[in-house]
Amino acid sequence: MGGYAAYVWPAYAVFFVVLAADFFAPALRRRRNLRELRARLARQSARQQRSASS
Amino acid sequence: MSDWIPLWLHKLGSPPVFYRFAGALRPWMLALALLLGAVALYGGLVLAPADYQQGDAYRIIFIHVPSAWMSLFIYGVMAVASFIALVWRIKLAEVVAMESAPVGACFTFITLVTGSLWGKPMWGTWWTWDARLTSELVLLFLYLGVIGLYHAFEDRRQGARAAAFLAIVGIINVPIVHFSVNWWNTLHQGSTVRILGPSKMSGDMLWPLLTMMAATKFYYLASLFGRIRADLLAMESGKDWVRQIAAREEAR
Repeated sequence: MGGYAAYVWPAYAVFFVVLAADFFAPALRRRRNLRELRARLARQSARQQRSASS
Repeated sequence: MSDWIPLWLHKLGSPPVFYRFAGALRPWMLALALLLGAVALYGGLVLAPADYQQGDAYRIIFIHVPSAWMSLFIYGVMAVASFIALVWRIKLAEVVAMESAPVGACFTFITLVTGSLWGKPMWGTWWTWDARLTSELVLLFLYLGVIGLYHAFEDRRQGARAAAFLAIVGIINVPIVHFSVNWWNTLHQGSTVRILGPSKMSGDMLWPLLTMMAATKFYYLASLFGRIRADLLAMESGKDWVRQIAAREEAR
């Protein structure tokens, strides 16, 4: 890189690291939301079963 | 709405339809982004010759300039979607606007950091309060303001409306960033690539730059679609179609 490697490679690193973080963040958020929704639905159906049996 | 809008466009505005549509297109957008990005990197880092004045330091241009274009382009998309969201109250337009903001903020951040890494060896300073640099920093703050305002409200749709208003007001900064190098004397160089008239750049440097620009456009679509899908699931968690997806993903 003609003596400029210390500037060129960090620039490319920032580009890829920031975009990778941007790309994977919503996938994690989606998984977490679905897990919470499943937990909520499970609680709801358990409550309904309890009230039906009592 | 009016008759001239085709029916499929109406349908696309419905969350479950758009969820599937975005899910089908997203892998293709990502594949195109990665492919074009790889070609552009090969062209920019291997094939293109060193600059006669800047040596190899100029190679930062292949990520700096496409990121800067995206920072302005995404702001434009966000402002237009915000306008549609405020006027017609379309939920999907709100989601497009609010989920564009983090992607735009990422590209603005990349622009500022790579510009700084380029400025140090070429100008001898990491930062200067020049018109181009300062207006781009203001752009980052506008993005952060939109994101912050959106999350400051308990009710998501109320937050989206407040943030959409800020996004529309902030559009004034976009032409200021673009024309800053013409309007004021700045340390930043003028535009090299022109839509009208010939570019002031040799072809073997220009094509990797334009290819990377296309790659970042496709990346934006891929990222936006992923974000919209996550957001629609969260917003519509009480609806039946989301429950079905939740049940299906558990089975896997």
